Amino acid sequence: MTKRGLRGDLTRWLVSLPPTVFLLVFFLAPTLIMVTASFQNPGEFGGLAPLFAEGQARLTLETYRFFFGDWIYAEIFLRSFLVAGATTLICLIFAYPLALTIAASPKRHRDLLVLLVILPFASNFLIRVYAWIILLGPAGLLYTPIAVIAGMVYVHLPFMILPLYTNLEKHDPTLLEAAQDLGAGAWTRFWRVTWPLSLPGIWSGTALVFIPVLGMFAIPELLGGTGDILIGNLIKEQFLESRDWPLGSTLSLLLTLAVLALAALSAWAASPRRQRS
Amino acid sequence: MAILEIRNVTRRFASLKAVDDVSLSIEAGEFFTLLGPSGCGKTTLLRLIAGFDEPDDGALFLDGAPLAGIPPEKRPVHTVFQSYALFPHLSVAHNIAFPLRMAGQNDEQIRQLLKETLELVHLADKAQHFPHELSGGQKQRVALARGLINKPRLLLLDEPLGALDAKLREQMEGELIALQREVGITFVFVTHSQQEALALSHRIAVMNCGRIEQVDCPEQIYGFPKNRFVADFIGTINLLPVEVREASHGRLRLAVDGLGEIIAAPAAGLKTGERGSFALRPEQVRVAAAGGHHEIPELHNHFHGRVRDFLYLGDVTVYKLELDNGVLIEALLANSAPGRAKFFEIGDTVSVGWRCDAGVYLRD
Ligand SMILES: Nc1ncnc2c1ncn2[C@@H]1O[C@H](COP(=O)(O)OP(=O)(O)OP(=O)(O)O)[C@@H](O)[C@H]1O
Ligand SMILES: [Mg+2]
Repeated sequence: MTKRGLRGDLTRWLVSLPPTVFLLVFFLAPTLIMVTASFQNPGEFGGLAPLFAEGQARLTLETYRFFFGDWIYAEIFLRSFLVAGATTLICLIFAYPLALTIAASPKRHRDLLVLLVILPFASNFLIRVYAWIILLGPAGLLYTPIAVIAGMVYVHLPFMILPLYTNLEKHDPTLLEAAQDLGAGAWTRFWRVTWPLSLPGIWSGTALVFIPVLGMFAIPELLGGTGDILIGNLIKEQFLESRDWPLGSTLSLLLTLAVLALAALSAWAASPRRQRS
Repeated sequence: MAILEIRNVTRRFASLKAVDDVSLSIEAGEFFTLLGPSGCGKTTLLRLIAGFDEPDDGALFLDGAPLAGIPPEKRPVHTVFQSYALFPHLSVAHNIAFPLRMAGQNDEQIRQLLKETLELVHLADKAQHFPHELSGGQKQRVALARGLINKPRLLLLDEPLGALDAKLREQMEGELIALQREVGITFVFVTHSQQEALALSHRIAVMNCGRIEQVDCPEQIYGFPKNRFVADFIGTINLLPVEVREASHGRLRLAVDGLGEIIAAPAAGLKTGERGSFALRPEQVRVAAAGGHHEIPELHNHFHGRVRDFLYLGDVTVYKLELDNGVLIEALLANSAPGRAKFFEIGDTVSVGWRCDAGVYLRD
């Protein structure tokens, strides 16, 4: 290896060291703690029972038995994924034309339009959700699944618009002209050129909406009825109300695994090898 | 009948006339070139033909039928863009087959045509590659194949060789000519390179500031430019300020300022006493050592000069000669003797001449 290459490698290591350490301490360690906690016994007054007692490790599968022994958990999981899926889909349907419009508008207007998209972040999230209570109340929709999805869509829409816009803005307009020149009408141009080229943006937007919605507890709590409980609420309850940390950890862990499985599945479905054939 | 008829077409952008009262008629099977400096309106004219833009005045006719209001996707006209505009998410095969899909051809037809076309552009082994895996020349060929596969009535090429390096460009020029001859499709080719235009075209339209200055075959454009702009733009040319002495009886006598009279090829409609320029190509100038037995008195147009400078280009050497009246002209001499860089030294007195039918008189 050349000297320069060696130095480059060293620099790369030094630069990536702080974030690596950060991730190890604040992501990997908590995850490991969570995995361990899911196999521990609950403490007498909440929290966790000691891992070691009388020279022996105290581990149990109790929480898993509990989870798989009751349909209610599977149902809440399923409902959460449905809500997340619906929210993502609606966000995509709303965001796509908006992102297209911003990307197609004159350069000097684009920054302003993007600013308008992220402007809601300037005020507190809870206040904005409370505003929806005022909006939905008179319509008679409050405490229904529709209210939950409306709130979810409202809060997460910018997370779909921004990655989509970032992607669409980079598209080369001559590609559309080429498609038109070669005989493609407006719809065909969209489906054959714009859409496939925007897939990376769609995937990032989907990840940025779908995953947070799964963990969201404030919106179902404020806008949903008693039957609209999602995993987020369930997990929060284990830690804050029933103080059953092992069950809370198990639920979190299973949620993480489910999301990873879904991500792997979609990565496989979108792999270039499959597109080529 | 002309395949494409452009009749008094004007396109304005605010106060600028990007295309100004252009009339052209392009014949079927022709390799037609639009040549002109940057910003003269070549792309604008091409976009009017392709349908991406509509003229403010005038009309275009394809096979005799007006094109007005027909969108690009409905015109049997395809474009090869300078940036190639290949679809990055599609393989070479899918890129090339795109227009066939759009035309609704069935899989069997597509497979057959695709195979032929890939062979035509020597890309059979690259069918499954993606555009980012190709070299510049290969991308160029994909773009060409995609434009040709559906047999359009016209193929428009907007500086397709502009992004290639010199060597590759030369090779692609050869391939373009062969390809056009083979498929027989009418090409409308845009370039600002006079070399490219001369090498490739059946006919050339020289454009300047939105107007057509001259339409002719390459030999006519090069040999008999109609005005100063065309003469200057195509190749190198010597311009001598002259006054018309006699323009009659199939004879044109011109007085070169401070030098004397010359005889030139006759032209119609010239008046005695009018002023203009005499344009002469460097390779038409003959040079011999003054006083030597190679002197060229047999040429009527014959003067003395002095070598001021020369430029050795390998195959030829360009001499800068100062005539007696102080005017500098260039002469181009082929280096036919191997290993010999020059015939004359700087400061040599030489005899300079040209034939009576060489050069053209141009009005100012
Ligand atoms: N959409 C437009 N709006 C305003 N002006 C334009 C537009 N398109 C072209 N022009 C102007 O029209 C003139 C001709 O442009 P055009 O692109 O046709 O030139 P060109 O001959 O293709 O030049 P080049 O060799 O640099 O590509 C230029 O002065 C350009 O600035
Ligand atoms: Mg151009």
